[in-house]
Amino acid sequence: MAKVFIYPATSLILSDMVARFGHEPLGSAIGIRERIQTPGFESPPLQITPEEPKKGLKWAAVEVPSGVRGRMAVYGPLIEAAEAAVIVRDPEFAFGCMGCARTNELILFHLRNMGIPVLELDYPESEDEGIAFVAAIREFLNGLPKEASE
Amino acid sequence: MTEKVRIAQLSCGPEYSGVQKEINDAAAMVDAEVFFPDIMLDDVREGFESFGLDVRSPDLKLAIGRAKALVDGKIDADAVFIATCFRCAEAAIVRNELRRYIHENSSLPVVSYSFTERTTAGTLLTRMEALTTIARRRALLAREEQEGITMGIDSGSSTTKAVVMKDNEIVGTGWLPTTEVLKSAEGVVDLALAEAGLTMNDIQAIGTTGYGRYLVGKRFNAQLVQEELTVNSKGAVYLAGSQHGPATVIDIGGMDNKAITVQDGIPGMFTMGGICAGASGRFLEMTAKRLGIDITELGPLAMKGMGEKVPMNSYCIVFGTQSLVNALAEGSSREDVAAAACHSVAEQVFEQQLQEVDIKEPVIMVGGTSLIQGLVYAMGQLLQTEIVVPHHSQYIGAVGCALLASGFVKGE
Repeated sequence: MAKVFIYPATSLILSDMVARFGHEPLGSAIGIRERIQTPGFESPPLQITPEEPKKGLKWAAVEVPSGVRGRMAVYGPLIEAAEAAVIVRDPEFAFGCMGCARTNELILFHLRNMGIPVLELDYPESEDEGIAFVAAIREFLNGLPKEASE
Repeated sequence: MTEKVRIAQLSCGPEYSGVQKEINDAAAMVDAEVFFPDIMLDDVREGFESFGLDVRSPDLKLAIGRAKALVDGKIDADAVFIATCFRCAEAAIVRNELRRYIHENSSLPVVSYSFTERTTAGTLLTRMEALTTIARRRALLAREEQEGITMGIDSGSSTTKAVVMKDNEIVGTGWLPTTEVLKSAEGVVDLALAEAGLTMNDIQAIGTTGYGRYLVGKRFNAQLVQEELTVNSKGAVYLAGSQHGPATVIDIGGMDNKAITVQDGIPGMFTMGGICAGASGRFLEMTAKRLGIDITELGPLAMKGMGEKVPMNSYCIVFGTQSLVNALAEGSSREDVAAAACHSVAEQVFEQQLQEVDIKEPVIMVGGTSLIQGLVYAMGQLLQTEIVVPHHSQYIGAVGCALLASGFVKGE
């Protein structure tokens, strides 16, 4: 089983596909869950505090907007843990919810430079493309090692 | 209890910057609630496509879709708060265009803010207060004449001012540097009453504004405790005789600057700066001190100089002072340095704030700095327009308070 980062990180469809094909999806749900379940923080709605942008300094400099650094505090550790990645290029914005374009650029940059297997696909625009899209993801995930990485 | 003012939030990033709670807290302090306009996915798509600004950020697309829904009347709101990350270029474009779009196509008061993770509820309070005042007190802001005998007290960061007004005339004024907030306020009240030949018992209603408004308001049992954005804009159009039609009010204060567009006496779009002290009255005070003159002499001195001769374009009071010291050490004349300092402040306000509001004539400059002739001249040069400085412009907050407080005179 490989840890597969999904992009867009908020995509439940990608998350489900990775899990169905026997791997562990790394996406927003994981990063946000950790913060929601950590007691003591009170900042709604994500339980993210001004500490997060400071932690985000590891991935983005202080000149970068605080929202990017805050997001990177959520996604950065997941990217670092990733053993593979599935990237959907130019997704429809409803596919995987909303976000900051600058953070998205930074996430893709890190993933492409990690030296892990990465599958990049265009967002499907028709049913045929959709079928090919799912088949390509299945083939990629089947090619990843199934045994636990640790 | 009054109904909560509903402020629609259009934003990108505050949740992830950890400042959403601060925004909510600031709204709660003025009995308002912030909400995210709930719209359908198709409305988001249709919204940003028809708006025509093809931004990359999905969150900004959502903000545009929400703005369209507000303008189209699909969402019920009393005011709009636009918030995006400080330093994001794409968000800055969206922030500016949405503010203009909402201002031009709806009657909703709108304010925008670029936050960092260090933004606190206290920083946002004045802006939220102004939003709720415009939404809640339109009738009060529509007041055009002062009636009865009222007093306004403006407890500012540098100076404290008071005026007594009687039957639409200013009959007493007081002006002192702010030291201890209450002591300074009591001092200006005594001065204003003495000049008016009245006692506290004659005063029918009191209004307070400025940084110390709550403390001073409590001390004097003020009927009206109001932030300076709405008070100053009302006071400015009243003194300048521009209560009808558009106007722009510029107030370069000791700590922060305000630029407000006003329509029929009611503020529509406003910015409140204060990121750096190099663009404020404080820098001019510093300059006067370094030149060994009183602040009142700085304006006339600057009028005799040529600001272009001295490079002084700093975004920080420390570097600005360094430029000033260097210029003097290199033999620049005091007149040129004074003019350069005025130009530097005007330029920074022009670049940092006036780009964010639509300048509509007449442009009215108010506050203590409006008495600095060189600063008014520099601003006029930059805006290529004649600046109106009304009589008693330094008492603007106090006058606005006295005017609005007359809405609380018994029998009104």
